[in-house]
Amino acid sequence: MANTKAKAERPLSPHLQIYRPTLTMMMSIVHRITGAALYFGTLLLAWCLLAAAAGPNDYANVKWFMETLLGRLILFGYTWALLHHALGGIRHLIWDLGYGLGPAEREWLTVATLVGSVGLTILIWFVGYLSMGGI
Amino acid sequence: MRTPLGRARYLGSAKSGTSHFWRQRLTAVLDIPLTIAAVVIVISLFGRDHAAVAAILGSAFVAIVMILFIVTSVYHMWLGMQVIIEDYVHEERVKFIALMANSLFCFAVGLTAVFAILNLSYRV
Repeated sequence: MANTKAKAERPLSPHLQIYRPTLTMMMSIVHRITGAALYFGTLLLAWCLLAAAAGPNDYANVKWFMETLLGRLILFGYTWALLHHALGGIRHLIWDLGYGLGPAEREWLTVATLVGSVGLTILIWFVGYLSMGGI
Repeated sequence: MRTPLGRARYLGSAKSGTSHFWRQRLTAVLDIPLTIAAVVIVISLFGRDHAAVAAILGSAFVAIVMILFIVTSVYHMWLGMQVIIEDYVHEERVKFIALMANSLFCFAVGLTAVFAILNLSYRV
């Protein structure tokens, strides 16, 4: 655009680096990052489903990859990102309805999101390994 | 969204109004139960051989739940990535290309996943 340079010379409103970091702010950023990660993680889901549809050989490749250390790390990260984004989303829905916006409540909700996502991720992997009969 | 009174008085949004916000919240609410269901389904697939996995994913109830999960979450991420692009990409041409790429990615990934589920369920 022809007028972009003229626009850039105008003073900007204060941005992230001006403010002291707070937990709610950090979790807001993490919510967006996990959302973007899940966006690309959907490729993994589509790949797994397509391999299952393609046949036993393709599925064996997926299964092999998921059982490598890298595959497990990606799956573990995917699980945490999914749960963190889900719990963060529930927190945002609570806020959208006008609840939990007080100083103590919003901090408590934010800590609960973090503790809940980490705890649930470990629990799900524990149940997953248990259902497979150990490592 | 427009209230009936606002519509009668010709008040309210001239463009899309809050529909983007509302659709993001709608898909977010739908994805709460659907994510729980999808996680349970995926855990139940762990450690099984291909025949069992294909049978589970292809069964009617699981296939429908997975398709609902895929469609709602892909629509949700289409809206979400659009907001991210609009927040950070300010150069008009780059922004336009990024928004097009976002749409293409979401349609491609979503349709691939739904195709795979349908493919499995036709065989069961």
